[in-house]
Amino acid sequence: MNNPKVSLSPHEKGHFTTNKIMWLVCAALIPSFISALYNFGIRALVVVAASLVFCVGIEYLIQKFLLKTKVTICDGSAAVTGLLLAFNMPSSIPLWQLFIGALVAIGIAKMAFGGLGKNPFNPALVGRAFLLISFPVSMTTWPQPGITRFVWNVDAMTAATPLGNIKLHAFNQLPDYWDLFIGTVGGSLGETSALAILLGGLFLIYKKIISWHIPFFFLATILVFTGIAWLVNPEAFVNPLYHILGGGVMLGAFFMLTDMVTSPMNPKGQIIFAIGAGIICSCIRLWGAYPEGCMFSILIMNAFVPLIDKYIKPKRFGSEVNYGG
Amino acid sequence: MNFKTFKKGGVHPPANKISAGTPIEAVELPKRVTILLSQHIGAPAAPVVQKGDKVKVGTLIGAAGGFVSVNIHSSVSGTVFAVDTVKDPGGFASKAVIIDVDEADEWEESIIRTPEVIREIKATPEEIVATMKEMGIVGMGGACFPTHVKYTIPEGKKADTLIINAVECEPYLTDDHRIMLERTEEILVGVEIMKKALKIDTAFIGIEANKPDAIEKMEKAVKDFPGTVVQPLMLKYPQGAEKQLIKAIRNREVPSGKLPLDVGCVVDNVGTALAIYEAVQKHKPLLERVVTVTGKKLAKPANYLVRVGIPASVLIEKSGGIPEGTGKIISGGPMMGKAAVSAEFPITKGTSGVLLLDESEAKRREVQNCIRCAKCVDACPMGLEPFLYEKLSERGRWDDLDALNVTDCIECGCCSYTCPSARPLLDYIRLAKANVGRIRRERAAKKQEAK
Repeated sequence: MNNPKVSLSPHEKGHFTTNKIMWLVCAALIPSFISALYNFGIRALVVVAASLVFCVGIEYLIQKFLLKTKVTICDGSAAVTGLLLAFNMPSSIPLWQLFIGALVAIGIAKMAFGGLGKNPFNPALVGRAFLLISFPVSMTTWPQPGITRFVWNVDAMTAATPLGNIKLHAFNQLPDYWDLFIGTVGGSLGETSALAILLGGLFLIYKKIISWHIPFFFLATILVFTGIAWLVNPEAFVNPLYHILGGGVMLGAFFMLTDMVTSPMNPKGQIIFAIGAGIICSCIRLWGAYPEGCMFSILIMNAFVPLIDKYIKPKRFGSEVNYGG
Repeated sequence: MNFKTFKKGGVHPPANKISAGTPIEAVELPKRVTILLSQHIGAPAAPVVQKGDKVKVGTLIGAAGGFVSVNIHSSVSGTVFAVDTVKDPGGFASKAVIIDVDEADEWEESIIRTPEVIREIKATPEEIVATMKEMGIVGMGGACFPTHVKYTIPEGKKADTLIINAVECEPYLTDDHRIMLERTEEILVGVEIMKKALKIDTAFIGIEANKPDAIEKMEKAVKDFPGTVVQPLMLKYPQGAEKQLIKAIRNREVPSGKLPLDVGCVVDNVGTALAIYEAVQKHKPLLERVVTVTGKKLAKPANYLVRVGIPASVLIEKSGGIPEGTGKIISGGPMMGKAAVSAEFPITKGTSGVLLLDESEAKRREVQNCIRCAKCVDACPMGLEPFLYEKLSERGRWDDLDALNVTDCIECGCCSYTCPSARPLLDYIRLAKANVGRIRRERAAKKQEAK
């Protein structure tokens, strides 16, 4: 042997890879996908497939023809964005609008900042925020779960979402907790079933891809905050469990807020980040104009991440003298 | 058993202790050995022999070049062929004494070569420390810091605990494991000598849980040595780093920028304990050590008792030769060892292992963007932010790196090991540490000038 490789240590490498992380996140979204299929049928399938094709395709085209760099669609990050974008849509979303959402998510929120790992905001949520503001009607029309399974033209079969009813103070029209938990209610494709999200989320915690800090403190903050409001005035505010189980809070807690790229780097920072998002989300839901505040709360806290990372540092070994023991 | 460990960070690389069951085996002497004059941290030793001089095993060939330096002895008997500049394992130029070996293998008369263990320690603490320097004792874990320096306690400081590092957290390496099994009593007498030199009664021997036979054997033997305790440790890399080991065993944190002695501890490798025993009780200079020669594809991974100066290639030959498809030759273990430019590098006092990695293991994975997963932050045993250091180092922001305590890094490699995007974190951190050191020296020089 003439020329052995020479490099600095370490010479050993762990087996965890970025691609593995991304594809495991995709795998963790499978239960939610199944619940979406069960509730919204073929339209759910079409929206998810289209969103995947749009997101991955747009990233490919941008890398290949616009940036002329190496194409990295195999890393799975565009697929994660595609799935999450679809899961944040009503099943009745027109596909051309979905395409615009994907273009904003991948083109503006991700690739314009430098691609994988460089985006300050969660791409799927930026896409959704853009669509919500641009096409408020189609983004807030919710096909009824179950009966629209085999129907293509679902515009006539719409239902109110639990959060919509809360905003209208129609507390008597709320579904029971079990329906909310398993997800047979109106809403975005992937956010209705708390059970499915929980399964995926626990899988990610088990695989050490996310830590429990962010989901726990986000959900706990919302529970406490809306709980206080409910205790003070149960006439005007709804039971906090509805806030946890309804809308996008569960999906946000386990899949959006925990996005590695757009969350702080150490547990202390992550707790501050999660509590901040919980407070903002609760405020929007209780007093804001929108029935749902989860998306905005996450995007707002994303903006605080650099600040949190600058001031919340891990405790250095030997920074406080400890003569114990 | 009460297994301890350190809390912050760490990783679990596969142990791969392939050669753990292989007894220590002697190696036949080659025709020629190359003994480096700088086998330790500090000033190189100055050669005291010339071409043509006859030397015996244990003859002084290099005299310590200062306080932080040790003597170098011949490991063979024969004739000095040259005092010349050769390549060290990393390919850098280094002074060495090259000796042609004769067949007599004649030892200096002062060295006691009988195998029985001498337990009675006659030397005084001062004599022990002087012997360490004279006999060329250095830390045998790999850093090769002259041991007598550690045992010269400065005014105002006090040691209360001796910690023997028998952790061997580096994957593959088994030399410390083997000496604990085969030289148990000698090691424990060595520990007694070290305690005497430090004038203390307490010593802990830290051994990781993947060496249950060594823990058992040492625990049984240690009953005859009051004050010495075997402390089993949970598996975690880098438990053999001295700051982490002190934290694990004594729950004391060495303050940033300070030494173990500042928290009353002296940490030494178990191999050093054996070398000290031989030096003090048998008057034998440090001229041979146990080296693990290993690799997944190697025909016969083994532990050899090797005279300093023998080329690594001789050991590899004895183990079946370099296997097809070898991509890297490492002096030391896979986490902190140094990649060698060829298999011809001479074994030194600090060579704990010779590791051959396959082409596929040797290749670095393609670098991807940082996804801010924070695995490097979680893995760092010093509580630092490797991702941030890498970004700043790439941009040459040395002042910011200085302010962010980059010099606290112990270069254990946990960050690079764990990074899912295969980023060369530690490479950039080393660059940063070198540059921060430079700007600090420049700053100090400027201050001096201003005065």
